[in-house]
Amino acid sequence: MTRRYDVIVIGGGHNGLVHAAYLARAGLDVCVLEARPLVGGATVTEEIFPGFQYSVFSYVVSLMRPDIIRELDLPRHGLAILPLESTLTPLPDGDRLYRDADHHRTWREIARFSIRDAEAYDDYGRSLFYMARAVKYLLDIVPPDPARLAPGDISGMLRLGRHFLGLEPDQLHLLAKLMTMSSADFLEEWFETDVLKATLSASGIIGTFLGPRSPGTAYVLLHHYMGEIDGHFRAWGFAKGGTGAVARAIASAAREAGAEIRTDAPVARVLVQNGRTTGVALANGDELRAKVVSSSLDPRRTFLDLVDEGELPDEVVQGVRGYRFRGSSGKVNLALDAAPDFSCMPGHGPHLRGAVSISPSIDYLERAYDDARYGDFSREPYIDIVIPSAIDPAMAPPGKHVMSCFVQYAPYELREGTWDDKREAFGDTVIDTLARYAPNLKDIILHRQVVTPLDIERTTGLSQGNIFQGELTPSQLFFLRPVAGYAKYRTPVRGYYQCGSGTHPGGGIMGAPGKLAAGVVMGDLGRGKGRRGR
Amino acid sequence: MLLETPFHPRTAPLCHSRRWRNWSGYASALTYEPGHEYEYYAVRSGAGLFDISPLRKYEIAGADAAALVDRVVTRNALECPVGRVLYTPWCDEAGKMIDDGTVQRLGEDTFRVTSADPCLRWFQDCALGMDAAVRDITRELAALALQGPTSREILERVVTGADVAALPFFGLTGGSIGAAPVTVTRTGYTGDLGYEIWVRPENAVGVWDALAEVGRGYGLAPAGLDALDVARIEAGLLLKDVDYVSTWTALIESRKSSPYEAGLGWAVQPQPGRDFVGSRALAREAAAPSEWGFAGLEVEWPHIEKRFAAVGLPPLMAGRASREAVPIYAGGKQVGYVTSSTFSPILKKYIALATVRREFTRPGHRVKFELTVEFVRHTVPARVVKTPFFDPARKRG
Repeated sequence: MTRRYDVIVIGGGHNGLVHAAYLARAGLDVCVLEARPLVGGATVTEEIFPGFQYSVFSYVVSLMRPDIIRELDLPRHGLAILPLESTLTPLPDGDRLYRDADHHRTWREIARFSIRDAEAYDDYGRSLFYMARAVKYLLDIVPPDPARLAPGDISGMLRLGRHFLGLEPDQLHLLAKLMTMSSADFLEEWFETDVLKATLSASGIIGTFLGPRSPGTAYVLLHHYMGEIDGHFRAWGFAKGGTGAVARAIASAAREAGAEIRTDAPVARVLVQNGRTTGVALANGDELRAKVVSSSLDPRRTFLDLVDEGELPDEVVQGVRGYRFRGSSGKVNLALDAAPDFSCMPGHGPHLRGAVSISPSIDYLERAYDDARYGDFSREPYIDIVIPSAIDPAMAPPGKHVMSCFVQYAPYELREGTWDDKREAFGDTVIDTLARYAPNLKDIILHRQVVTPLDIERTTGLSQGNIFQGELTPSQLFFLRPVAGYAKYRTPVRGYYQCGSGTHPGGGIMGAPGKLAAGVVMGDLGRGKGRRGR
Repeated sequence: MLLETPFHPRTAPLCHSRRWRNWSGYASALTYEPGHEYEYYAVRSGAGLFDISPLRKYEIAGADAAALVDRVVTRNALECPVGRVLYTPWCDEAGKMIDDGTVQRLGEDTFRVTSADPCLRWFQDCALGMDAAVRDITRELAALALQGPTSREILERVVTGADVAALPFFGLTGGSIGAAPVTVTRTGYTGDLGYEIWVRPENAVGVWDALAEVGRGYGLAPAGLDALDVARIEAGLLLKDVDYVSTWTALIESRKSSPYEAGLGWAVQPQPGRDFVGSRALAREAAAPSEWGFAGLEVEWPHIEKRFAAVGLPPLMAGRASREAVPIYAGGKQVGYVTSSTFSPILKKYIALATVRREFTRPGHRVKFELTVEFVRHTVPARVVKTPFFDPARKRG
């Protein structure tokens, strides 16, 4: 007899797991189906090279909603988030910009470039705090649809209106700018120091196929600023055991709540009968029945790959086809025999416990984007580096290190050749770039793993290798994410839901889509304190 | 001028924050870096190295040493085998706590006792008529606490002549670090896997260097009292003069606490024929319990956030541990007070140690915690929970 569940969750990434954990806690019979042998999706730690733990894809945590950590009691399931408090930007001339938790030292460091900027830095932090506080509200709500007149939408829009009209006029103006400006222009309002603007603007381009001078990137910058640890914005952290430990903790919480998690269980399609889902068919031909199926995969897979297009209205099919993925980044993961020695800050200091950002100037980043616009990877890429083993000794053998390099731009669509041909050349470019700042690097590499957008897509299923399940630009946010009319986690197929980063509020190890979608599912099933959000 | 511990030549240059506190007359680093966060996480993820030399230390030796210790402390010291350590409070005749510390049994007739404050006169007076000599060895013995998940691996590589890996929770062994003889105890004040290393002052710096050298590959960081304070609250461990007042310094009766009132009832171990200082009073209290007791509280963080958000602020209490006494209410009446509290970085919860009316000590009770936001007092819900708040399996494993 076929096993029958209340809910089947497709995809065991962090959102699928959060979704499952909340539903299981509500007493539902839940099964998570993960295609890979391990849970986590893009939130995995793997021992690719013996003794060295790589956070293969995503590498830092800050957006993880604190309410989820508490409600699922994740620390008891092994989650520990260690602080990542500094950013070092080495410069080609041997100088550097180093910012850390010591307010006065950071002030002095920026003041070496511009005293005005050093003083503007606090004002900038304050402004972003106001912005993050204003927008944070959105992270915890099901987006109301302004084009519909259902009672839930009207009251939702009214609450939203009241929330934003409660802002001071200058904050409201700033918010409008954030939603429309480029990160470079936005930062221009405070700073004159190129390296400072470049490093701050870098968080505006991560995961998008846009440059720091492209409009819309200011919002992405804010999205990265909204990370919250212990109630404070803009706190970055590193999960002990790598980002895979986050997924493992959520999976453990879900299992404890009664959810079943099956790995090596790729789903071929969602079964639909008379406009309503009845379960899923696995790639091996097995069929599993369920009242509800929730897909944590990206919108393209959720709508176009898993269900027959005939089950969907044309405008949804068109909408999802037009949804932009445009993967733009890759990773290089390194096993190192010793710590990298940055010539701008030699030795084994606390800077190795923070981020190192290869973003010396706005022009540098924009040129990196230029290469990508015409289908090449950047000859001199933006690189965001962390050395997890400097923070968590369990990541590598004593005295040795793992180094995670997030690299942009690496366009999914290449002008010529394939990523399979260019993978190693891309890796060489990254190492050559880094070696200019850390001359000992080439001598200490024990192993390197190059992850191209194609590899991201192949391994995790993220379309075009987009790390956020679709760009986080204003036209693909809130009630427009992933498509108008279906931003509330439902789909045109009854009983079929979405719960991945391709829905509001988007990507990053946040868990909010999974939790919000669980609320909608529970509401529709008449369970618990689920939010209907009609 | 504050005294320098034997490790000062190493701790001073590392103390970038230049934040020192007076601990029993010694300069003791509050933090080494500008903030304590990294040091705290070293304890939970790698290893934190604390200079705990300012602890008071006594050697008790002689044919009646065991009998003396057993007479002084509330725990049954006669049953403590050689090579074991006891944590215990000790009391006056009225069963009120004087101090608390560890008792190490080095040999059949040799003990070492640590305390927060001087107790020599008390121990000697208790020894009247016994064959037991009590010596203050505070300045003859330097001490380090190496605490955290990698502490065992570090010690295994540093200590010779002892099987550190086999040392049980609250076990004790002799050994060497380099040429220096040391005592290693599996004890600490963090509630994590951890050890304390006892060494003569002239060998102190060498021991520090050996640990620092090997520790580099294991996430070792020098850690100060700010980090320790967060960790010990998570571990549910009391601090003298903060969570209880010594009977010697309490000027009024109501300030004094018995072990039962301080949540240390488990450490009162009466036995037929066993006569320890305070035993009669404590027996009476066990039969007719005090109206006060100890409780661990979990304060609802979302309510704290909401109170701050209502005035437009982030929760301005996620910093250091607080030793501010805070009233606890239930049913509109004050039923106790918090003595220590902190945001737990690892649990993402606000936790507190409290003294409450006995009927509120049972886990599950709901009380209200007084919260002052922008000079206005509110109350937020809190729940009585079991301590330790954080209790990783590796602590005993």
